[in-house]
Amino acid sequence: MRNHVNIKKKVMQALLYAAIVALSMICILPFVLMLVNATRSGNEIMTSFSLIPGSSLMDNWMVVKKNLDIPRGFMNSIFIAVTSTVLTAYFSALTAYGFAFYKFKGNKALFTGILIFMMVPAQLGMLGFYDLMVKMKLIDSYIPLIIPSMAAPATVFFLRQYILSVMPKALLEAPRIDGAGELYIFHKIGLPIMAPGIATMCIGSFIASWNSYLIPLIILNTPKKWTLPVMVASLSSVKDLATNIGATYVTVAISVVPILIVFCFCSKYIISSIASGSVKE
Amino acid sequence: MNREKKKGLQNRDNMGYLFIAPFMIVFVAFSLYPVFRTLHMSFTDYTGFNEPTFIGLANYARVFKDKLFLEAFGNTIKIWGVNIVLQLGTAFLLTMVFSDMKYKMKGLSIFRALFYLPNLIACTSVAFLFKTLLDWKFGSVNQILVGLGIADQPIDWLGTPSLTRCAVGVIGAWMWFGNSFIMLMAGVQGINSDYYEAAAIDGAGRWKIFGKITLPLLKPILLYVAITSLIGGLQIFDIPYLMSLDNQKRARSVNTAVMHLYNMAFKNRQIGYAGALAFILFFVICICSVIVYFMMYAKKEDER
Repeated sequence: MRNHVNIKKKVMQALLYAAIVALSMICILPFVLMLVNATRSGNEIMTSFSLIPGSSLMDNWMVVKKNLDIPRGFMNSIFIAVTSTVLTAYFSALTAYGFAFYKFKGNKALFTGILIFMMVPAQLGMLGFYDLMVKMKLIDSYIPLIIPSMAAPATVFFLRQYILSVMPKALLEAPRIDGAGELYIFHKIGLPIMAPGIATMCIGSFIASWNSYLIPLIILNTPKKWTLPVMVASLSSVKDLATNIGATYVTVAISVVPILIVFCFCSKYIISSIASGSVKE
Repeated sequence: MNREKKKGLQNRDNMGYLFIAPFMIVFVAFSLYPVFRTLHMSFTDYTGFNEPTFIGLANYARVFKDKLFLEAFGNTIKIWGVNIVLQLGTAFLLTMVFSDMKYKMKGLSIFRALFYLPNLIACTSVAFLFKTLLDWKFGSVNQILVGLGIADQPIDWLGTPSLTRCAVGVIGAWMWFGNSFIMLMAGVQGINSDYYEAAAIDGAGRWKIFGKITLPLLKPILLYVAITSLIGGLQIFDIPYLMSLDNQKRARSVNTAVMHLYNMAFKNRQIGYAGALAFILFFVICICSVIVYFMMYAKKEDER
């Protein structure tokens, strides 16, 4: 009898695993197909389905190269993503530290205000932002894509919680008695202690910036300045590519692979940052 | 001496302003002020080039007579419906499976990472990937379906409006269910194990434990996940926009509220009107969030 229950449990468990593995396959399959199809000729892709890589990767790449300046887009994306991630990291840490350790007037009110603003959808500011950039003559420049990342409310929120949980305020007393300046203390003590938390948030903001589409689309006019997502999106207007489907896959693969590499190394941190965001609610 | 010391400390507290100043300046200039600018524009006939004239609530009145917007809003709801049911349904089922005490499923961290993968990829890439995969003639999806004998002939996913909307909803769910799952699972793991031990000692079954302990304690996170999905879902733009760039008919069938807003602002140059659309959408989102909030908390009252 007991044995019978046990078998039933084992079967059920196996079924559940099968279902979960199937779901995982659904998550990976499109990427596998993308990578495989990037190596096959348009003709092969159109006529048959296969998971075995072909030999047309270079041919496909040549078609892409003729139409789009992918290395340039790649460098543009890297430049914007790296600078905005550095700005987000430093200024979010600075702000979080300020909110956490200084009891100035209006501290609570300002912090609450920022939190409430996080709930406001981005669309609400988009038109005003665009119009402001037109007035400031910043269209087609990288400033509107980089400078606003100095103010990342969600990162500040996360880092404030983080520093309050890892750093006792008493740590500030000794250097203060020694006469160290407040900013010096932040750089020498606060920043290193916050480093793991900052690193976690960096991965997220790098990916968000790398993937960002709508704002670069409305800000950047010159194709030379385009980021990779804007280039990928412009594919549908390039006639040559529509006929050469393999080239489309190559372009998409180039924009996806860096993220896949980052994810392979940092998935643990990415997931812990999402998880902590929901629990500390 | 004492007073001096106190004064020094107070000055230190005021140093806090210095720390938050760069953030606050950028935040006000690039986040807060643009919202008020949009609000101001929504009361004018601004096109981006003219001197804006105040026209009161005319833009807002126009929203309710704009057939294309109402159609777009309907599309948004349809896409969002498919999306939310699949996304939250899958996330919730997975949470149940992984928190089940009888089966004790392993490999949570690996599966979590795999489920989250689709969320990392730029919308532009996802849209083009699926546009090519779902292609009527050369798409891999049809090749698989026909090859396996599930479908007799290729299905025109992107040429049939209702199928296109379904596809966009499913892609959204595919992208986001991992995110919802991670948050729900974090909530379950955050529940104090003492509750479970106490319940087990009292002889409660696993379904009863799920219903009486896990579910009620998960409610705040469930609410958070539901409201963030609601806000994100009603703002869906990238995927339908990018999948229909090259096809007017398809663009109409998956035209969402934010796509309409975008077209009004950047193609038709009716920025004032687009501002009104943005604020109407914001109010709708607020109202829906409040409804979700009360729905979830009214239930709690009943249980007592």
